[in-house]
Amino acid sequence: MIYGLIAVGYTMVYGIVGMINFAHGDIFMVGSFLSLIALLSLASLGITAVPLALALTLLFAAGLAALYGWTVERVAYRPLRGSFRLAPLISAIGMSIVLQNFVQVGQGARVKPMNALLPGGVELMNDEGFAVQLSWMQIAIVATTLIVLAAFTWLVTKTPLGRSMRACEQDLKMAGLLGIDTDRTISLTFVIGAALAAVAGLLFLLYYGVIDFFIGFLAGVKAFTAAVLGGIGSLPGAVLGGLLIGLIEVFWSAYFSVEYKDVAAFAILILVLIFRPSGIMGRAEVEKV
Amino acid sequence: MKSALRDACLSAAIALGLFAPMVGLVLDNGDQGLVLRGRPIAAAVLVALVFVGRFGMHLWADRPGKEARAIRASRVVPAGVNKFVAPILLGAAIMLPLTGSRYYVDLGTLVLTYVMLGWGLNIVVGLAGLLDLGYVAFYAVGAYAYALLAETFGLGFWTCLPLAGILAAFWGVLLGFPVLRLRGDYLAIVTLAFGEIIRVLLINWVSLTHGPNGIGDIPRPTLFGLRFGMDDGDDTFAGFFGIEPQTVHRVIFLYYLIFALALLTNWVTLRLRRLPLGRAWEALREDEIACRSLGINVTNTKLTAFATGALFGGLAGAFFATRQAFVSPESFTFIESATVLAIVVLGGLGSQLGVALAALVMVGGLEMLRDLLSTIGEQMGSALFSGLAGDLPTYRMLIFGLALVVMMVLRPRGLVSGRTATAVLR
Repeated sequence: MIYGLIAVGYTMVYGIVGMINFAHGDIFMVGSFLSLIALLSLASLGITAVPLALALTLLFAAGLAALYGWTVERVAYRPLRGSFRLAPLISAIGMSIVLQNFVQVGQGARVKPMNALLPGGVELMNDEGFAVQLSWMQIAIVATTLIVLAAFTWLVTKTPLGRSMRACEQDLKMAGLLGIDTDRTISLTFVIGAALAAVAGLLFLLYYGVIDFFIGFLAGVKAFTAAVLGGIGSLPGAVLGGLLIGLIEVFWSAYFSVEYKDVAAFAILILVLIFRPSGIMGRAEVEKV
Repeated sequence: MKSALRDACLSAAIALGLFAPMVGLVLDNGDQGLVLRGRPIAAAVLVALVFVGRFGMHLWADRPGKEARAIRASRVVPAGVNKFVAPILLGAAIMLPLTGSRYYVDLGTLVLTYVMLGWGLNIVVGLAGLLDLGYVAFYAVGAYAYALLAETFGLGFWTCLPLAGILAAFWGVLLGFPVLRLRGDYLAIVTLAFGEIIRVLLINWVSLTHGPNGIGDIPRPTLFGLRFGMDDGDDTFAGFFGIEPQTVHRVIFLYYLIFALALLTNWVTLRLRRLPLGRAWEALREDEIACRSLGINVTNTKLTAFATGALFGGLAGAFFATRQAFVSPESFTFIESATVLAIVVLGGLGSQLGVALAALVMVGGLEMLRDLLSTIGEQMGSALFSGLAGDLPTYRMLIFGLALVVMMVLRPRGLVSGRTATAVLR
């Protein structure tokens, strides 16, 4: 689910600008740090009611991460638009290094643990002491993801902004000619993608309880895998891909070996790209000369 | 003036949003879990810096004589410069060990390793136009091939060097096969995944690679059978020539070794570029469909590009292993791939001289920066920077990343824009 949220950001940016936003995983990491900071500040201000604190944190983290996303786009990508293909990629890698080390320098290299906010859960089955439990946390994650994705789908399909985003995705130049402010649309795409990544960061923090400055890289690559698996450019595909990648990892860890779960994810990426490059829900790219 | 001020205020406001939580508040690992600590001064300083910087940038850009500068800036480096710079660099590289400073020779060895890696990757990215983000995998294969062969079979460096190269080339073909149909960014992400797979394998295949502990005691190279030891035996370098044994001999020998390897890479590349194969690579970079229509075997061309690039990566890896006498998966992270790719792109994609210059600037500069920062840190104490966590050397990678972005924005075509085809129809 978390991969799905990050993957949506990748898919959107890739669909419109046609570049891999390497810094996206690091925005996710920044988002989870922002969440942790917000949670602690709220706790010190005396707001301890869990739903209220979570809602405020969500707004805070998403808003500021969106600001980060906007800045990254403005500083590192916009000047390079129209340049040759490799330039924004290198610049994105540079930005990813900057964000990682910015957080490392600013917040220290040690892992940051956090106590569980929502202990307990619902017992689904109890068979001679082996309980199958669904924790509140898991329910909260699924619920948040669904709400956020629903809001997001509405945004893309029903609002004027969503329409111009889809137009830019189909043909950037033509959309510009028809009077759409493409720069603004691309900026907003980055903003929305970053906000979604921040939500994912918050959920990651809540679920695992431990974050450090390096979580972004692996999460980013896996989310990209999810986006490719689902068919790049397709939003439901990204969510589906995220789910599949998560499931594959969990089952691989359960049945084979935990150590090689990253290999499993990457191997799937390679297999998908070889046999079905357009992904599960993507449309085949038509090659024009 | 007014708009400049307004823009600077806006930038400062954004910077406040960016820095206030991330720099102004720190998560400290206390005894009772995390503690939040305020650090308003550091954040304020950063915001003020952004304000002043942005304001200054406007004033700078608006000063008179704008058009004249734009014309001057658009002028490219004249082609004649290549004729002077290359021999000077070469001469400097040959003379470097004569300074006798171990620090500079070590630094030179490091830079030359990256020059070699850059030239190797240049074949794949610069000539054939295949974006490879997992180049470090071949570097790792070469290093581990030498380490394992030496450990298991007791083979020496000179036997293993070609073997490591061949093995890496083999892996290059292995990676090349599945990704032949991919192009552009998909290719990049698959090669990235491949690099990560190799690293995860190295970490987890403990019975073969000793996992994260790495392999130590890798034998050092010999010069025609002469060891570089500290004793006076007849089979040591010092004993044979009857000179005082010094550790610096080996350092200088390693330096010339990588120098020779790098020159070999360069020579092979320059030769290959004149062969039909090299021309096919460049044609492939420019237009794959046209290539196919003209009857060039795209499959073979891509595979040879991967294999040749991987071969040199493997050679460099074997050198790395023998220089460090120790290899571990730690050395082969994505950052290495990114650094080498950045060197190639900054070098101007396909320009041999550009790659060498970029490696010098990036790797040499980075190392110099580390030492510079640590001396500054010692001199000033931590009085000024007590507000910021960590000592100055940790800022190295931050500056590296910023430099990447800034260089890309200012000169997207690289330091030396040498993307000229070798063969041009006249």
